[in-house]
Amino acid sequence: MISRKIEVMVGGFLLLGIAAILMLMLKVADHQMGGSETSYRLYAKFDNVGGLKVRSAIKVGGVVVGRVTDISLDNEDFSPVVTMDISSEFNQFPETSSVAILTSGLLGEQFIGLTPGFIDEEENTILAAGDHIEDTRSAMVLEDLIGQFLYGNNDE
Amino acid sequence: MLSNSIVALGQQGLAYMAGAGRAGLLLLGALKPAGRGTKLLPLIIKQLYVVGVQSLVIIVVSGLFIGMVLSLQGYTILVGYGAEQSLGQMVALSLLRELGPVVSALLFAGRAGSALTAEIGLMKATEQLSSLEMMAIDPLHQIIAPRFWAGIISLPLLAAIFSAVGILGGHLVGVDWLGVDTGAFWAIMQSSVEWSEDIVNGAIKSLVFAVVITWIALHKGYDAQPTSEGISKATTATVVQSSLAILGLDFVMTALMFG
Repeated sequence: MISRKIEVMVGGFLLLGIAAILMLMLKVADHQMGGSETSYRLYAKFDNVGGLKVRSAIKVGGVVVGRVTDISLDNEDFSPVVTMDISSEFNQFPETSSVAILTSGLLGEQFIGLTPGFIDEEENTILAAGDHIEDTRSAMVLEDLIGQFLYGNNDE
Repeated sequence: MLSNSIVALGQQGLAYMAGAGRAGLLLLGALKPAGRGTKLLPLIIKQLYVVGVQSLVIIVVSGLFIGMVLSLQGYTILVGYGAEQSLGQMVALSLLRELGPVVSALLFAGRAGSALTAEIGLMKATEQLSSLEMMAIDPLHQIIAPRFWAGIISLPLLAAIFSAVGILGGHLVGVDWLGVDTGAFWAIMQSSVEWSEDIVNGAIKSLVFAVVITWIALHKGYDAQPTSEGISKATTATVVQSSLAILGLDFVMTALMFG
């Protein structure tokens, strides 16, 4: 028969394994337990999305409020359309809000910065699911900047 | 002359196919629910001790050292770009995605797989398996099945322990020795590691490796020539074949998951 010692050791081994998985889950991946977050979807049309990627962050004043879920090309005017999932916690952005593609640091990854606009008292103009944000500012492309700089210098 | 070599090739091919067939039947027989009277759980616990608990020391020590070496090497490269704060991200991602599942599987094949093959091969050589059959006990249920389940439970847990200990080892070298900021180490790691993308995919990898290693080990032992030379050959074949299978499958799975 199995001795008690073996049973205790096996139990300890299983516990250690589960503890390791929990550590990876909570400490390393910072995985949020329980309740899948609900979100709503907004769209924005840019001229150029630069290096923006699916799963890039959407930040308001540096706080992450959502993620980019899709980047596609509008087939009519050939401009990129970014689909954004914003956490339902933040559902009070006015319709006059603007989005810009920003870069963290000089060569860091790109994210969408959302700047809330003013709230019009007379109309109910809160951004709801499926709305398009009209006021957009495209990504800064380093090559274009360098080109403008050189062109500008030649002009003088 | 030519016909002889064709015959030899045919014989080899047939022997290989027959071996693969026997391996499949072995697994089928082991997975088939056992009849009344066979208590699987106590047998699995015994094998978990042999396969899992006794592999723990080598896994923890290797995990610690691999994490420490990763951290040291990563630091010397990253510091050249002024990006040593990303050390945590580099250590965690390389451990979770590749090194954790693969290295622990290689160690497991050497530590536990070879032992399984040798044990079953010796049981066959000393006719313990035949005596079990004579007592109307199916050796597939009594011997093979508990070892198979124990291997499948153990390896993913061992891989998780390996990664966790490796990250702690990387923290030890990176933060406590080389002076990377501890907040940045964890924060950049947490923002880059995804639960489903990295940890679950790593767990799937180690689960696949567990099936492959234990299957190869059990088949080689059960199929061994019942002589001392045969057992030695079978043990070698287990380690070689499962190591190759791990590395090959790892490439395929990485291409599918992260490609």
